[in-house]
Amino acid sequence: MMQSKGQAEKGSVVLSLENITKRFGSLVANDDLSLSLNRGEILALLGENGAGKTTLMNILFGHYVPEEGTICVADDAGVLHELPKGSPSAALDAGVGMVHQHFTLAENLTGFDNIVLGTESLWQVWRSRAALRGRIEAIMQESGLTVDLDVKTAQLSVGEKQRIEILKALYRDVRVLILDEPTAVLTPQEADGLFVVLRRLAAKGLGVIFISHKLGEVLAVSHRIAVLRGGKKAGELITADADKRAIADMMVGRAVPPLQRNPSQVGSIILEFDRVSLKRGSMRQSLNDVSFAVKAGEIVGLAGVSGNGQSAIAALISGLETVDTGSVRLYGEPMKTNDPRALVAAGVARMPEDRQHDGVVGSMSVAENIAIEDLHSKEFQTAGFINRKAMRERADHGIKAYDIRCQGPDAQARLLSGGNIQKLILARVLERSPKVILANQPTRGLDIGAQSEVHQRILAARDRGAGVLLISEDLDELFALSDRLLVVHTGEVTDAGAVEGLDRGSVGMMMAGHSAHAAGEGRI
Amino acid sequence: MEILDILLTVNFWAAAIRIATPLIFGVLGALMCERAGVLNLGIEGIFTAGAMAGWMAVWLGCGLWTGVLVAALAGAIFGLLHAILTVVLGLSQHVSGIGITLLATSLGYFTYRTALPNVSTPPRIIPFQPLDIPVLSDIPFIGPVLFQQTALTLLAFILVGLVAWLLYRTPLGLALRAVGDNPSSIEAQGLSVRGLRIGAVVAGSSLMALGGAFLTMSAFDAFFFGMVNGRGWICIALVVFASWQPGKALLGALLFGAFDAFQIRLQTEVGAFVPGQVFLMMPYLLSILALILVARKADYPRSLLVPWFKGQR
Repeated sequence: MMQSKGQAEKGSVVLSLENITKRFGSLVANDDLSLSLNRGEILALLGENGAGKTTLMNILFGHYVPEEGTICVADDAGVLHELPKGSPSAALDAGVGMVHQHFTLAENLTGFDNIVLGTESLWQVWRSRAALRGRIEAIMQESGLTVDLDVKTAQLSVGEKQRIEILKALYRDVRVLILDEPTAVLTPQEADGLFVVLRRLAAKGLGVIFISHKLGEVLAVSHRIAVLRGGKKAGELITADADKRAIADMMVGRAVPPLQRNPSQVGSIILEFDRVSLKRGSMRQSLNDVSFAVKAGEIVGLAGVSGNGQSAIAALISGLETVDTGSVRLYGEPMKTNDPRALVAAGVARMPEDRQHDGVVGSMSVAENIAIEDLHSKEFQTAGFINRKAMRERADHGIKAYDIRCQGPDAQARLLSGGNIQKLILARVLERSPKVILANQPTRGLDIGAQSEVHQRILAARDRGAGVLLISEDLDELFALSDRLLVVHTGEVTDAGAVEGLDRGSVGMMMAGHSAHAAGEGRI
Repeated sequence: MEILDILLTVNFWAAAIRIATPLIFGVLGALMCERAGVLNLGIEGIFTAGAMAGWMAVWLGCGLWTGVLVAALAGAIFGLLHAILTVVLGLSQHVSGIGITLLATSLGYFTYRTALPNVSTPPRIIPFQPLDIPVLSDIPFIGPVLFQQTALTLLAFILVGLVAWLLYRTPLGLALRAVGDNPSSIEAQGLSVRGLRIGAVVAGSSLMALGGAFLTMSAFDAFFFGMVNGRGWICIALVVFASWQPGKALLGALLFGAFDAFQIRLQTEVGAFVPGQVFLMMPYLLSILALILVARKADYPRSLLVPWFKGQR
């Protein structure tokens, strides 16, 4: 079924984009981009957040209308035809299918209904479900994508939803399949399964465009790599000849500096949890007799599988929760709980886990978001009114110093990419030299360039004498940054000790709930 | 008569269905709009416009069914206005809806007064008469309750089935359910979000207008000021009660009709001891109670109230 639109020879050009330019206001998202794709090929579109990958694919699929350029798709005979701009239905008819990063599924419908949606004539008075189902099942068998078709999409896991999205495209006999950051939401096992499917589809003649900012998976799955940077094509190479280091530099546009770690100058205790217990509805918000301390000038990493009490610890330090028993002490004094403003004034910097949702107010400007924690201070007020000039100056400084890529201080925060939102948050919280820093999943979902910047900022703050609690699920990150590690499991915190002398295996065992001793003397 | 004996009379059930009929039209209309993701608070005004337009057409000499068509058309026009404001321009659905209600109501009264400047008693028309269907109307109890109603009541019941069929058995219904949940799913499949939403709001608004037409052309035989009397608002609540499902919408409308019919009869029974207003209040109180129980778990169409623009990031 998948080959029905593919009589042309394997290896012939199936899609060609020429000189595409797209602007959003003054921002040039795509600058004179050209790209071609062959049948049976997996082309990786690699680039940092904001490099223009998704914009380019949205143009190809007709969601956006480009200012300049042409898109051509091959027909059955292999002849290229120009695609009308800004028409998803034309793209679909030409055989272009897209799996969006944010799924386009109606969650109140079953998988079956989502797949056939829009493929039947709207004016027929009944639906021939049996015939359609047979076709879907054949595709499922051929592609190896299996999923329960009769469950409401809302109840499916993210991986299953993605399978529905791919089936949706295959059901329409696509010859080009675009996947936008498909692994961002998948577990490593699910991602491996996806790669197998993609290779199988490509072997059958499908052209696949795989958008990603993760180097490792791009090298694993693609035949050819096109690197985008700042809306331009930074380079193109055959995956087999690719060198990881060179591609990373090509992507970021400069050499990514290796992390510089100075020996830590540990001072006195600044943040202390003393036998803290907290019981809330679900386990993920509960703590059981937790004690630990963070000293000035050190980074304490908190390892653990998501949902084991990290959010409760973060909420306490952020001033959003109150303890049931025990106490949280800041500089030796019991902390004023449930008073975020007092905490911020006392020198606590907070980088929330869900930065899009809790870190910024999406509909407010970049400038307002940078100043928001200080709006009540004298600096930003004149006789009770906001001093917009001071606010803008602070924003201009922040945008420059922290390299926040946006249209300017007045741009809406929700339009920023994840990495730039994180930089905005850094500009907000680090500018006043905080003494305690809560970094909750600071680089989750960020690209290499942004990751390295965030890491360097955190290290610099620690060298300046701040105490950092780093909550992360990424062991690489924890081992690279932390001086000491704590492990949290089902609301209980264990001290794993200094990072030097710890190995990943034993930390992994502790994350799964085994004590350091039971893990077989994990300490070397 | 014992109070509970009321529930066993033919008269009571026939009245319950009569009272429910305009609500069935209204709740089906509101349901169609909301399934597509558009709240239509213009319903109260569209009821008035439908009541007025249908009656006026018949009074001017048209046939009854032509009157019904004119009413539906009036509803469609106000629906189109609401759709342009909320779907095309993406304005607040609340504000636009209330605006439509004020506009349609006033325009209805204005037209009536302009056509009939000097009447003190509203002129009457000959409304739809109770049906006399062979065999069916003669079934004991069920016959007089269901089949001696007017043609419009029968139409309301048929429409429940038609709307349910449309939603659950046709590709168009599938698209309607999808567009109210996640418009991106519609765009990604090459369909028109705007087209679907505009169509649903226009069609839903015509259904609402039929509810109004029932009042002047079947329940009564003339047009009065204030005759819609909150029936539109009740429909908005009933949609939530019905979890956006036509079958449950019918049930909700019938329950409300039964409460209302019951309170009228109860008033004559025990009206001497309790002020009449208490009884008038009862159906509304019970709707609020039912809503509290049901609405907490209500599974709203996820894109209800959310405007959609092409190419927006």
